[in-house]
Amino acid sequence: MIPLAQRETPVALRRRLAVFLIATIVGLLGLVSRLWILQVIEGEEKRVLSENNRIRLHRVHATRGTVLDRNGQVVVDSRPSFDAVLVPEDTSNLAVTVENLAQLLQQSSAETQSILHQAKGRPAFQEVVVKRDVNWNDMVALETHQLDLPGVSLTITPRRSYPLGATLSQLLGYVSEVSEKELAADPRYRMGDLIGKTGLERGWESALRGVDGGQQIEVDAVGRKLRVLREVEEVPGNTVTLTVDLEVQAAAERALGERDGSIVALDPTSGEILAYVNHPSYDPNVFAHGVSADEWQRLMKDPHHPLTHRAIQGQYPPGSTFKFIMATAAIEEGVINPFTRIHCGGGVQFGGHYFRCWKKGGHGALDLHEALVQSCDVFFYQLAQRMQIDTIARYARAFGLGMPTGIALEHEKTGTIPDVAWKKKRFHQPWYAGETLSVAIGQGYVTATPLQMANAIATMATGSRFRPHFVKQVATPDGEVIERLGPERTHQLKVRETTLKLVRDALRDVVQSDRGTGKKARLKTVEVAGKTGTSQVVKLGEVRLKAAQIPWQSRDHAWFVAYAPADNPEIAVAAIVEHADGGGGAIAAPAVHDVLDTYFRLREARGKANYAQNRSPADRPL
Amino acid sequence: MLKIDRRLIVHFDWTLLLIVLLIIGCGVTTVLSATHSAARPVSSSVVRQLAWAGVGLLAMLAALSFDYRRLESWAYVIYAGALLLLILVPVLGAVGGGSRRWLILGPASLQPSEFIKLALVVALARWLHRMTGDQPLPIRALIVPLALFLPAGLLILRQPDLGTAMVLGLTVASLVLLAGFRVRYVLIALAVIAPALPFVWSHLKPYQKQRLTTFLDPMADPLGAGYHVIQSEIAIGSGQVWGKGFLHGTQSKLNFLPEQHTDFIFSVFAEEWGFIGAMVMLTLYLALLLRCFMVATRAKDAFGTLLAFGITATIFWQVLINLGMATGSLPVVGITLPFVSYGGSSLLALMIGIGLLMNIGMRRFTF
Repeated sequence: MIPLAQRETPVALRRRLAVFLIATIVGLLGLVSRLWILQVIEGEEKRVLSENNRIRLHRVHATRGTVLDRNGQVVVDSRPSFDAVLVPEDTSNLAVTVENLAQLLQQSSAETQSILHQAKGRPAFQEVVVKRDVNWNDMVALETHQLDLPGVSLTITPRRSYPLGATLSQLLGYVSEVSEKELAADPRYRMGDLIGKTGLERGWESALRGVDGGQQIEVDAVGRKLRVLREVEEVPGNTVTLTVDLEVQAAAERALGERDGSIVALDPTSGEILAYVNHPSYDPNVFAHGVSADEWQRLMKDPHHPLTHRAIQGQYPPGSTFKFIMATAAIEEGVINPFTRIHCGGGVQFGGHYFRCWKKGGHGALDLHEALVQSCDVFFYQLAQRMQIDTIARYARAFGLGMPTGIALEHEKTGTIPDVAWKKKRFHQPWYAGETLSVAIGQGYVTATPLQMANAIATMATGSRFRPHFVKQVATPDGEVIERLGPERTHQLKVRETTLKLVRDALRDVVQSDRGTGKKARLKTVEVAGKTGTSQVVKLGEVRLKAAQIPWQSRDHAWFVAYAPADNPEIAVAAIVEHADGGGGAIAAPAVHDVLDTYFRLREARGKANYAQNRSPADRPL
Repeated sequence: MLKIDRRLIVHFDWTLLLIVLLIIGCGVTTVLSATHSAARPVSSSVVRQLAWAGVGLLAMLAALSFDYRRLESWAYVIYAGALLLLILVPVLGAVGGGSRRWLILGPASLQPSEFIKLALVVALARWLHRMTGDQPLPIRALIVPLALFLPAGLLILRQPDLGTAMVLGLTVASLVLLAGFRVRYVLIALAVIAPALPFVWSHLKPYQKQRLTTFLDPMADPLGAGYHVIQSEIAIGSGQVWGKGFLHGTQSKLNFLPEQHTDFIFSVFAEEWGFIGAMVMLTLYLALLLRCFMVATRAKDAFGTLLAFGITATIFWQVLINLGMATGSLPVVGITLPFVSYGGSSLLALMIGIGLLMNIGMRRFTF
């Protein structure tokens, strides 16, 4: 066999080799000239830089962006923090310096050791933060004893501050020191940097963060600053404007008071969140530089669960508030007509169970309008017997229940909208007709979060569902708007206008009529539409007990969902008071009243433009 | 059974061996200096580097012990084997410095991307030599080189190792041009690859993007990405004409210079030995490359010429990019300085390459 390689090197190949040879020599000559410039021409200058002086990098942390409410009031800010730092290289005897420092700052020797330990693994010219946020006395002490503290200096770093404390904390989130994992993922961060961990701080991290600047400083052998060689200005973070109105927020917080629960108010024509209350809450300031173990334990063990983000994580049975969805489904599906009357005698017998109405003596005969106004349970039990669970589930989902709302917050819960397939998957059991009865009054397997209920009543009000959002715009510190977040329509109800009108009229009478269960939400100037709900936490026996007779954890939750003005909705509210001393009408409706009252008084005072300007008409195409 | 022809010994390239050993010597002393400390004058890196050089010499001998023409029939098998190793990296590989490049083999770790360079050259030499001639090659002949390059190139980019991927691409381009494709064909091929660039860009790590953009505007980030280059320039420049002397570099001793025994080793060398030392090293590289070109020119067949040139091109591009980066003339991408940087796989692969070159040189008189 003739070897494959028996082929003479062609002449052309050799010629081209010569071209490459020349290119190689040219490349190397280029390097020679570069080295000549660096080592011979600039050599002296570089030698001075490297031998007599050293270059120190000093980072100037960018100030994190400010967060404002929709009216420009400050919600989150940054303030300067004076930190004592130590450059190990600049001190001849590190142990002595650290000891002196510990005495001055009254730190324990354990802390001192940890500082020494920290300093060990790192390059000696890097700053180690000895104490953050030193107070005035310490600053004076450090300045006066500077000679005993070689290598120690004070630097100013911006520190996150939440002037409103626990207000909106679940929505705002908090910042904390960057983790190893986050460091590995993004090289722009350095050890000790702050990063948004949850909520707005995390979701808008890149907008809020800004770009760190720095100085290249020439220092002498003992670390004294000689001159600044290069300087890069830091770029402060952008300003984020929320859709939240702090005054409506304050009203909602007052309305809920010390009780556990949640109130969410939003603009039903855009999904803009106007108020967002979770109670109890926590103060994000405590997280800024590492929460203490004690504080963490206290938060974790609190029976009122301050770390639970109720508005999106609390999954409650919606109770009778669910009836507006049932009503829509029943009319739209033709199960009943607006004039169908059903008799309520205080309860119904079904499948061996007695399903009672909340009104002991019964409501007598009523139509859908009255059934909603008076929140008759029996009426809805009857509807349940005429409808499939899957049909009910379909309508509930059309109103946004059983799925995330898509608000830009982590760990949102979906709630539960049961149907045949769900039960099969969850319990490996068929659906029983009796269970549909519980669903009809928002009990049983049905659960929803307060934000979902706010969104659902908003959908009822306008026929469209929008993604709830809490950021209105992002602007540079100079005020140049970079990003504006408009309404994002996620669903349009495919329900006849006549059906919607029928249900809306009933919801208005829930508040406006004297027979209505929600009359405590009534306003003087504006018509309100809404629905009360009282959801059972624990299934109680046959006998009805008064709230005071039941242990606190087993008491019912009080719900109220509403929108106003009834004929041209611009605000929708959902309120839940956990383990209340009464039903939705008694406890939650007055809270919603306070929120709506504040909203409309403010609107009057400021002029409607404030709210109307960014509203988009609901008829904007999908 | 090794039958050694007397003529082979006569034609053994002692000059090439001497040049390579001198460069490796420079490398070991510089690794020694870069990792030297009062507590530990001779670091384990130095010992390991010497051990690898020993292994490398044996591998070099093995690489010249057979007739290189036999490689032709093995070319694709070798390529496939090297590619397989590379494919194993993301699966079994160890993570170092934020990327996954190594396979752990007992006490040693292997970096398959170093070996694919060689395997690709062998495979390309096989494909190209049969069509190269005095006529320009048709454009369709480019398809195979591209098909050989792309899987390896993309796998290396994913590690991510931008520098090695670049060297690989440049070597392929050089070989293809040498084989006789018209320049414009190569430009067309580049145009075909060009749509992939946004893809490449989106797969780069943020720090790599930053380094590339920093090169265009070094002032933008003197504290981050620009820092390497600034410190490297100071180290090299401060060596001036005569250098600060062995073990007397200050920039590197004070840890101002990152990655000083791998990618930035030349800065340590130039700081301690000055312009004179740098010229000596460049002269050694020039001598090495001239010798390689000689082997390529004198090879008695096109396969040998292309193979020799491919190895030459790999060495040349690495030297140029590494030194260009250390002197602030090119963007910072991770790339080792051949025979000098600390790293076993790199040294071993290069010495096998030199073995092949010697192989070609020795057999130019045999038939």
